[in-house]
Amino acid sequence: MPFIPHTEQDIQAMLASIGAKNIDALFDEIPAVLRSGKLTAIGDGLNEMQVTRLMQERAAQDVQPLNFIGAGAYEHHIPAAVWEIATRGEYYTAYTPYQAEASQGTLQTLYEYQTMIASLTGMDASNASLYDGASALAEAILMAVRAHKTSRRVLLPATVSPLYRSVARSIVKLQNIELVEIPFDIATGTTDLNALQQHVGSDIAALVIPQPNFFGALEDVDTLADWAHAQGALAIALVNPLTLALLKAPGQWGSPSPQSSPASGRGSEREVGQAGILSQDKNSQNQFSIPGADIAIGDGQPLGAPLSSGGPYFGFMCCKQALVRQMPGRIIGRTVDLDGKPGFTLTLQAREQHIRRAKATSNICSNQGLMVTAATIHMALLGSDGLRRTAAVSHANTQALAVQASGVPGVKRLFSAPHFHEVVLHLPGSSAKVLQSMAGQGIAGGFDLKPHYPQLGNAILVCATETKTNEDLQRYVAALRHALH
Amino acid sequence: MLIFERSHPGRRNAAQAPHHAAAAGGPSTGLRTGIPAALLRQDRPQLPEASEMDAVRHYTRLSQKNFSIDTHFYPLGSCTMKYNPRACNTLAMLPNFLARHPLAPEATGQGVLACLYDLQEILKDVSGMAGVSLMPMAGAQGEFAGIAMIRAYHDARGDKGRSEIIVPDAAHGTNPATAVMCGYTVKEIPTDANGDVDLDALRAATGPQTAGLMLTNPSTLGVFEKQIQAIQKIIHDAGGLLYYDGANLNAILGKVKPGDMGFDVIHMNLHKTFSTPHGGGGPGAGAVGVAQRLLPFLPLPVVEKFPSPPAGEGAQRAGEGASGEAVSYRYLTEQDLPQSIGHLSAFSGNIGILLRAYVYARMLGAEGMHRVAEFATLNANYLMAELHKAGFTVAFPQRRASHEFIVSMKPLKDATGISAMDVAKRLLDKGYHPPTTYFPTLVPECLLIEPTETESKKTLDAFVAAMKEIRDEAHATPELVKGAPHTMPVRRLDDVKAARELDLTWKPTANTRTA
Repeated sequence: MPFIPHTEQDIQAMLASIGAKNIDALFDEIPAVLRSGKLTAIGDGLNEMQVTRLMQERAAQDVQPLNFIGAGAYEHHIPAAVWEIATRGEYYTAYTPYQAEASQGTLQTLYEYQTMIASLTGMDASNASLYDGASALAEAILMAVRAHKTSRRVLLPATVSPLYRSVARSIVKLQNIELVEIPFDIATGTTDLNALQQHVGSDIAALVIPQPNFFGALEDVDTLADWAHAQGALAIALVNPLTLALLKAPGQWGSPSPQSSPASGRGSEREVGQAGILSQDKNSQNQFSIPGADIAIGDGQPLGAPLSSGGPYFGFMCCKQALVRQMPGRIIGRTVDLDGKPGFTLTLQAREQHIRRAKATSNICSNQGLMVTAATIHMALLGSDGLRRTAAVSHANTQALAVQASGVPGVKRLFSAPHFHEVVLHLPGSSAKVLQSMAGQGIAGGFDLKPHYPQLGNAILVCATETKTNEDLQRYVAALRHALH
Repeated sequence: MLIFERSHPGRRNAAQAPHHAAAAGGPSTGLRTGIPAALLRQDRPQLPEASEMDAVRHYTRLSQKNFSIDTHFYPLGSCTMKYNPRACNTLAMLPNFLARHPLAPEATGQGVLACLYDLQEILKDVSGMAGVSLMPMAGAQGEFAGIAMIRAYHDARGDKGRSEIIVPDAAHGTNPATAVMCGYTVKEIPTDANGDVDLDALRAATGPQTAGLMLTNPSTLGVFEKQIQAIQKIIHDAGGLLYYDGANLNAILGKVKPGDMGFDVIHMNLHKTFSTPHGGGGPGAGAVGVAQRLLPFLPLPVVEKFPSPPAGEGAQRAGEGASGEAVSYRYLTEQDLPQSIGHLSAFSGNIGILLRAYVYARMLGAEGMHRVAEFATLNANYLMAELHKAGFTVAFPQRRASHEFIVSMKPLKDATGISAMDVAKRLLDKGYHPPTTYFPTLVPECLLIEPTETESKKTLDAFVAAMKEIRDEAHATPELVKGAPHTMPVRRLDDVKAARELDLTWKPTANTRTA
């Protein structure tokens, strides 16, 4: 019996103790009419050797092209130690750390994660993860509406991933929240500030600001954050955490005028938080006086999660101190034990469903703890220097690819704004057919934008991370040239 | 000590840093970019400066501060902490599975899609449902999907007046929280003395405003809801739908199908019943199954099998069906399911977890599925009988336990002042992860105990012996129990301080405060 240790002798002794004549008698409270027969769709069990053979055959069917697709999931090198350690049984098979004394390993790891991701985003606080970047966007919208109290309208630029916008709609529409799309400037590939101006003075809970945006283009985040705050709306930063090794952190977005931030004006908690925590850090004086984004979210996949056909990844969420009690998901705090020794525990649980039930900030229970464990180890192994290099090389490779691909007759870069590690290429022929031809040459040539942005014509979104060599880039260009021939 | 405190300024892990841009003309350091300065950060993020060995030692040692299934008996009620077969992890992490981009052509993912399709079919069979979507990323998201489908169903029929979801008071907190996220109000109904739903209260609560009922069966009290047929009739007669919370599916796997009980929609916690890892809090997987009338509303994407290989692009190697004919798999989209409640994740859910569940299901086979419920139930009833005989107070001694049961420590507390929490903490010293404490709240000083099918009689006997020792200690040396645990990396933590003086991130200058 796979994974069941009972001997026949055990079974008889246990039944005798219970006073049941056989195992079936243990189900005698279930109405007989409901009892099911044999399962038909499953077949006989396989032993480990057989199931290994099956899965190896299935994996062999998944032939891997040379990948130049990003669009929300990025191929990066993951140090061998990351998953060696993350899949140690003590991490892998532990439950949610409700029994803090027996979970200090997981709890301290999550506290270290919160510190790292809050530092990358330049925010005051972080939770211990949400499901993925798209559902984190939905949770951020719900959180912003709770915090704003009066408005249920959120501005969602078309430069946010269409996949993310679709998820956000699925989740928030049931609570009568209105998502308003903001068009983009067709020349720059960034949010159209003139279009945004039409919403001045209207009822807005939050503006979502993607950086880099879905096109890989860099938005004018300072202007957008200031604009949101001037409307009395929250600024939600949707960011790629790897790029924050180089890019301005959401906590530093906007100009230094704290009174314009709705979060800074609410309650005394922010002041307490800053006096109690930030004032001890001389480096954070700048952060203190700059409003910055109110909530920062995104997908943590670039920090150690394999592509895996789309998951598991993890969503991260950081916020200003004043908003901590509006945040969904588990949060780890440091405290002391009976002897005054430092230790870690789940905190602010009164926000959560197992305590607050119908009044909870979210229904989330399970998060993506193991992925966060991996991300923490990943960040510790790379450090700030390693992340900066990875980000910079990814940027440079994409830049080089864009230059080389633009040398193919008829191919041109579509947008003028500076990009990070993705660019949009406009093709002189059907984007679907070109990608199909490149796939036939063993290259995943990019993400076809046409179904989502028909106004762009035959446009594809291309990404070359640090995993790509010069030869890889040359192969790409040759395949593109061949496809267009 | 935190990883930041192990940092050494200037220390780098050169093996993990890319050297330079591969591209001609790329910057030699890889650090100069053409990005305008105004968009760049001026400071450096506060990340550890550690060698590879520093980091490996630090996290290996941290892991050793955890209790886990691999190291300890973990009878945490409602959480199904059974053995997670290692093969599931190894095979889900085969390199080709890990390397595949979610937006790569489906022709290059026929292997993974075949696994997902097969898993859908397996879950349809065990749940007795007409269709399954694997996409929800955890039980709570499965609940969201389920209730959103109920709402979509009523809306599609123009049945707009249904504003309430009924939830028994013993339900998990996710149930009422989910109903609210889906725009419903929650009506709570009481439980009777036998641990069943109070039918009179249910009748009174049900009406034209009822959108549906969320029910966990067996319930969180560890008993099978015997009146399920009557409950089903009350809800359906009122035009409501029946939601099955699959948290306790392990208790009835292969024995009773929720579809046969009359449920319209179900979520299944694959990290419980299908033994995928809990990972210190996740990732989970909360697949949903639906009856015929909810099929059009399933969350996207769903995997479908087609008789011919996919056209054109990429590798052409489609799989073969059982009789040798060529088959191919693809995701259904909005075009196929225009009434779908939509996408709940950017891509396709927690696929790596789904692959683990698939391997587990294939290893068990049909017979193994039946055995899961049988031995989970045998272990629970045996442990309940032994604790009962040892003089512990079982909440529902007149009932069969399902896969879990409740013991109340109230008599012990009345006699000695030792609470369920004290007992739980003392169990840690004895080498056991404690059962779930203080849930469900209906039973005072409760321990919800779920041994699972993968534990041996010997382990259960040793657990009973530990419980008896603790009871003896509660009478003889109560301070020993009240002060527990004594052998963990830390003693009991100050939760009030944690919440009042929030310390959620490490600060360089703050590390001396508590050290």
